[in-house]
Amino acid sequence: MATADSTLSNAPALLKTKEPSSLFKDAWRHLIQKRSAVVGMTILAILAVVAVLAPVIAPFDPEQQLIGKEDGIKKRSGPCIHMLGCPEEQPQHIFGVDANFRDFFSRVLYGARLSLVVGFASVTIAIVTGTILGSLAGFLGGWVDNLIMRLMDVLLAFPALILAIAIVTVLGPGLINALIAISIVTIPAYARVIRSSVLTVKEQDYVLAGRSIGVPQFRILTRDVLPNAITPLIVQGTLGIGTAIVEVAALSFLGLGAQPPTPEWGLMISAERNQIFTAPYLVLIPGICIALVVLGFNLLGDGLQDALNPRLNRR
Amino acid sequence: MGQYIARRTMLAVPVLIGILFVTFALARLIPGDPCRAVLGERATDEICDAFMERNGLNEPIPVQFGVYLKQILIDFDLGESFRFGRPVMDIIVERLPVTVELAFSAMIFATFFGIIFGVVSAYWHNSSIDVATMMGANLGVSVPVFVLGLLLQYVFALLLKDTFLALPPSGRINPVIPNPPFYEVWGWTVEEGTGWHTFLEFLSNFVFFNTFITFNWEAFWDAVQHMILPAVAVGTIPLAIIARITRSSLLEVLSLDYIRTARAKGLAEVGVVMRHGLSNALLPVVTIVGLQLGFLLAGAILTETIFNLTGLGKTLFDAITSRDYIIVQGFTLIVAVSFVLINLLVDISYAFLDPRIRLS
Repeated sequence: MATADSTLSNAPALLKTKEPSSLFKDAWRHLIQKRSAVVGMTILAILAVVAVLAPVIAPFDPEQQLIGKEDGIKKRSGPCIHMLGCPEEQPQHIFGVDANFRDFFSRVLYGARLSLVVGFASVTIAIVTGTILGSLAGFLGGWVDNLIMRLMDVLLAFPALILAIAIVTVLGPGLINALIAISIVTIPAYARVIRSSVLTVKEQDYVLAGRSIGVPQFRILTRDVLPNAITPLIVQGTLGIGTAIVEVAALSFLGLGAQPPTPEWGLMISAERNQIFTAPYLVLIPGICIALVVLGFNLLGDGLQDALNPRLNRR
Repeated sequence: MGQYIARRTMLAVPVLIGILFVTFALARLIPGDPCRAVLGERATDEICDAFMERNGLNEPIPVQFGVYLKQILIDFDLGESFRFGRPVMDIIVERLPVTVELAFSAMIFATFFGIIFGVVSAYWHNSSIDVATMMGANLGVSVPVFVLGLLLQYVFALLLKDTFLALPPSGRINPVIPNPPFYEVWGWTVEEGTGWHTFLEFLSNFVFFNTFITFNWEAFWDAVQHMILPAVAVGTIPLAIIARITRSSLLEVLSLDYIRTARAKGLAEVGVVMRHGLSNALLPVVTIVGLQLGFLLAGAILTETIFNLTGLGKTLFDAITSRDYIIVQGFTLIVAVSFVLINLLVDISYAFLDPRIRLS
């Protein structure tokens, strides 16, 4: 009897239809179920907080030389944390002091800010340019398509870092130029993604319908075609930010990116790399920071790839 | 088959022309006066006029491009480095061996361990060993080459100093250990300055090859020890990528029916996974290995700088520091062309491995 009752009372629940949910709501639900993606998001959230609050957290100005400002400060002195037993009479420098008597902890904090800005900026430039080129190529077809895509093929023929080096050598070293160079070398990836999406969507009936009632081309492109191409862009862009951060750091390491005294992680490593045996913390701390940021973006990107793929995960 | 190779080769031609155009354009886009960019700010007007005239920089751009094409394609001339006062081609030939040895050592390291990790991970799918390997792979892809290089130096040359795991932090070979070129060991008399001498010199610059064929085991072992850290630094990212690709490709193959058939007819498990599974799962891995070889050349710039190996990468780094545009231009060209050729070879080998491609 009890079983019959419960079956009956369950019946309406079984008949209830699933609540409608959007792609992004679904994706979010899948994303937070994936442990690696959550780890990635946590790393990035901490980093974002550090970057935003850098002026509040940092005990010193990252570019200020403390010689003469502080008693007994020593060049490249090791980390001193009062809570971990460093004598109170010594000034506290959590990550030590660099070769120019600057507080290394403050520099590392500001470095987070710079890395995130550089990563987002270069990927944004690349996505915008890539979207314009890719949608023109896909939408117009013909010789425009041929010209643009052959150009992209040529750019792809160079290993990214090598072409970026060549471009910065021409433009002249500097953080902005490094950022532009990294954007240029990553454009083809986005242009290709957009072009192939545009080609698929262009043939759909609703686009044809729009065309037949006289909707302007540009409006079709922006309202119907591009929104459908956005999912692969999100994945590519997330993974791209990590890559862009490493490559800008590599350019700075080679002396082509940020210039002293900018607190940029790659530059900080490059400045102290010969001190790896005497003051390893000055090299390894920014190194670990870069690796963590990249790991964060990679984990999040991989998670998004699965979460945004409608063919997977639909149960 | 021949048709496929011909078609694929034809496709590479426009890209190669594009590469030539880009490297040509790079040198013309240098802001300001090309003469002072190359010769320095203190060059006088007369010197600059002579320089512009000698390098054909007063000609119209299309003519300059034609001259550049002829220079590269017919004379194999990449221009002259103002810093060394020598043809760029000579410098590249002289320093290529170190980079090639580094790239191949790294590739062997990455492929060997990448496939092992991938197979282990796929076979014990979702076990703790799989999770650990894939976490390691995620971490491996995220550590930049130059950070890893410095970290390895710190660990193996300082922390593990005086243990049997200690490895030298820099250089190609210990200069104290004699490493005479093989042609001298064999008592050949070769006149200096001849093409033959240049060629033998080039071969003997491959330290592994030279020490091996002269049975100079002490030097060979020393060269191996010097190569381990740089090869691991460059090879780690490809290793992680290869492990991931091998894992997903093998997982897919192992779920197919013919694997069940192989098991059902009582084959040993090793035979099923290795012969039936892996040999069919390796196709995507081959593509990735080929693609990574190009990126290894990029990684070599950072690694050679850190480990003080005088290969192409270190040369490029020095050229950047001293604004030697001609070397940067020549190097970019050589790397891009080899990248395209490697991809071409990969595509062709793919056709040999997979009949479906050459038949389509």
